[in-house]
This record gives sequence, C-alpha cells and structure tokens, in this order.
Amino acid sequence: MKKFMNNADDFLNESLQGFKMAHSDIVNVHFDPSFITRSSKTKEGKVALISGGGSGHEPMHGGLVGFGMLDAACPGYVFSAPTPDQMVAASEAVDSGAGVLFIVKNYSGDIMNFEMGAEMLTGKSATVLTNDDVAVEDSSFTTGRRGVAATVLVEKIVGSLAETGASLKECKTLGDKVNKNSGTMGVAFSSCTVPAAGKPTFDLGLDEIEFGVGIHGEPGRRREKIKSSKEITDEMLEAIMEDLKPDNNGELLLFVNGMGGTPLLELYLIFDNAMKYIESKNLKVSKSLVGNYCTSLEMQGASITLTKLDGEIVKHWDSPVNTAAMRWGM
Amino acid sequence: MSTKFLIDNAKLIELSINENAEEIEKLDQEIGDGDHIFNVQRGIKLVIDLEPTIKDLPMSKALNTIAMKVLSGIGGSSGALFGTLFMTLAKGKNIDSGVDFNKSVEIFYDAVQAVKMRGKADIGEKTMMDVLIPVANTLKELNQKEESMETILNKVIEVAREGMLSTKELIATKGRASFLGERAKGHIDPGARSSQIMITTVCESVINS
Repeated sequence: MKKFMNNADDFLNESLQGFKMAHSDIVNVHFDPSFITRSSKTKEGKVALISGGGSGHEPMHGGLVGFGMLDAACPGYVFSAPTPDQMVAASEAVDSGAGVLFIVKNYSGDIMNFEMGAEMLTGKSATVLTNDDVAVEDSSFTTGRRGVAATVLVEKIVGSLAETGASLKECKTLGDKVNKNSGTMGVAFSSCTVPAAGKPTFDLGLDEIEFGVGIHGEPGRRREKIKSSKEITDEMLEAIMEDLKPDNNGELLLFVNGMGGTPLLELYLIFDNAMKYIESKNLKVSKSLVGNYCTSLEMQGASITLTKLDGEIVKHWDSPVNTAAMRWGM
Repeated sequence: MSTKFLIDNAKLIELSINENAEEIEKLDQEIGDGDHIFNVQRGIKLVIDLEPTIKDLPMSKALNTIAMKVLSGIGGSSGALFGTLFMTLAKGKNIDSGVDFNKSVEIFYDAVQAVKMRGKADIGEKTMMDVLIPVANTLKELNQKEESMETILNKVIEVAREGMLSTKELIATKGRASFLGERAKGHIDPGARSSQIMITTVCESVINS
C-alpha cells in the first residue's frame, strides 16, 4: 500500500485538520466528536441539512457544506458509518429551530446510526434516504438499492430550497423526488485500499472490470473483460434507462462522476459517449456535472447518474452554491 | 456477574478475536468491504480501556458507559448494534442488586430482541442475528427447563456454531452482503463469525470458572 499517511489512527483527523485550514472561509471542523459546519451560523427559520457517512468519498460530504448545500456533515472512519453522538452534536450546532433534515445513503450502518442520532434529538427531524444505484435489485425484504452519487444532487437541490426558508416537510418532499427521479450505475477498473486494512478490498485482474460496483469497492452485478468506453457507457446507460424510463423528449441532468483514480480527461470522454447515446434515444441533456464528487478512495472507475428534470429541480440546480467542492453563481 | 466479569471477558474476547482476525477480515473482503474486523478490534480495545472508569460503578452505569463508548467509538453497523445490545443490558431490571445466571439470561434475551429491532433483521438473512437469536432462544428455553448452567452453555456453544455455519448457504437480504445477491452464497457472514467467537469465549470462560 502506498498512501500519504503517517499512521492509520491519525489518518482521518489529520485530513480533517487540513480541510479545516484550507477552507476556513467556508467551513469549520469540530472534533470529539467530529463534524463539519459552515463557518457562519444557520439563518433563523432555515431548515438545517445534515449528511454524513463513512470517509473515503470526498468531497462528499464535508466538501458539500456551505451556502446552498449542507449545514453540517458527519464523517465516519473510512467506509464506516458515523456515530449517533456526531449527529447529535452536529444537530445541536446547526438547528435554528426549523428542524433538521438528514440526508442518508441507504446502507445499513448509516441508517442505524442516523436513526439512533435522530432518536436522541429533542428538536424535530426528518430523513431523506437515497437509493439511486440501479445495479442492485430492489425488494421490500432486503436492504435494497444503495445510495450513491445522486446523493450529491439531492444535497445541491434540497440545499437550495432550504435557503428559501421552505419547511422541513417541503425539503423532505423535494429530496425524495430528486432521489426517485435519479438512477446511477458505476463501473470499477481497480480496487481501493482502506488505510487500516493496508491491502486492496478486492482483486480485479488487469483486464477486468467490475460492472455495477458500489462506492466501497463492494462487488456489483458482474465481472467482465474490459471493453471500449462506448460499449461500457452504453451498457451503464441502458441499465439506468431501464430503471428510470425517462419520457420521450424529457430533459435530463447527466452527471459523470469519477471514483477517485480516473482522470478528468476520461470522465469527459465518457460524457461525450453518453451524450451520443442519450441523443440517439431522443432525450435531451440540459444540465450537466462532471468530476470527482462521490469517490471511493483511489479507485479507478466512474459512475453515471441521470436525473429526470422538472422546473422546480432545474431552478434549485441552477441557484448559487458556495462549498469547498462546488461553487457557482456566487 | 460483576464489572470485573465484563472486563475479564472483554480481555478473553480480545485474544480469541485476534487469533481469528485474518479469517474474519477475509470473510468480509469476500462479501463486505473489509472493515468489520477493525471495527470489532477497536470496540473491544475501547471496552478494555474503560476498566479504571467502570470497575467501581454499579452494573447499570458500567454497562451504559460501555454502550456509549461502543456506540461512539466503533461506527458502522457494529457500533449501532453492539451499542444497542449494551444499552438494553444496562436497562435490565434490578441489575444493580446483583446479576445471577437467571438474570443474565433474562437481560441478554431482551438485549438481543432490541438488536433485532435496530437492525430490522431476523434469522435467515445472513447476519449476526443468525447467531444471536438462536443463542438467546436456547438460553431462555433451557433455563426455563431448569437445566444445569453447564449443560445450557455447552448447548449455546453448539447452537452458536450451527448458526454461524448456516450463514454460508444463505443469500443475504440485510447488510452489505445483500448487494451481492447470489454471489454471497458459499461465504460465511463475518458478523456471524465474530459474534459466534465472542459468545463461545464467554461461555467457555463461565464453564471453566
């Protein structure tokens, strides 16, 4: 394992310290327990948005704290859910009285810890559960689909609505809608190494890809030989379309997300391939995002997310945002 | 049972988990994401480090201190589930006036029910519940039949092992392995294995004491 690391125990705290100093104009990082807040207090009457999850997916979620997005983020250890005391401390710091909306990715550990955190709160709270990963079969008897890259979009769009003073219920409703309107499919070209583990989470042959990979390197739908980008992109989009069933001439947001180890040059190439496929289906991409937003440490790979748009979603997508990782319109 | 019993057993569990650490890590890498063993090891160490803090506390406070430490110090599913287990043990009726075997069985049974509710998982879903639920049921049933403590604990060791092994042929419907579908078949669940090791260690230590 080669990592910029001094020792595994201090890995997360040192990175959080650096994040705090590098972005002190936007965020503040608190320790024991760890949580990230905006550098300014929550406006009175504004619903506070809190997300969190295991570390290793940066910039999600700490890099998405700031005006127009999250009020706080709770980072767990690498790939391990944060703990209820973090959620309680973060809520106490950012709840202005209008309530807290938790944005939680559908993973058992995240759900349980956020649930316990919410139970310990005295103020009101609601939860948006994201489960956009179409690689996983959904059923009411299982944990169900994973929450992955669309979580970033939910945080942006609901974050914008919350700035307008919308109620907790309105924020939850929009969050659920964006999640339902989104589908994601990921592909890994390499594994990733959890610092405490010291060796890759899974083995992938030099010419193999994992189709439908999750954001922790957990296996997906199938393992296969590498093919052309066009073929891979088409297959990813086919899987999403099958699930999302967008209307003809409907407008979409196309989000090409890097897993951490794939260069932007390749992500834009995927974007080109994806645009050609989508246009051939008589669909229109009117909003886009390309970059490393929901990563899996140093994993090589990418995910594609499509979100069906409507006027409300577009308005809150375009609105100003000022976070460490996403800034426009300011 | 005393707070000394808790710490002594945590130390024994640390030894047996460390002996099997590589196996648990490998199981988790096959069907999970490889973090389970580190979470478990960190959690046990945190509990052992609590020795000076809890050794003179009443049982309920000691268990609650362990619960909060486990909850905040581990993270992931393990933290929430083991935190819930200890939190419920701490709420056991009259535990500060002494915990005998009957009392232990009763509060453990209730704690497992609470864990079941927290994880929303039952037997047959390829999780630690495939060990914990049969263990709790066996304890309760055999204790009601007034079997000897040694007979009961030996049976518990057997049931825990069977429960752990049963996860091998299951398709996971809860937890991280559920994302694998059929591909999780043929692998023992790492959480079931670590729970079985802990249960067996405590049972053996009680039998031998």
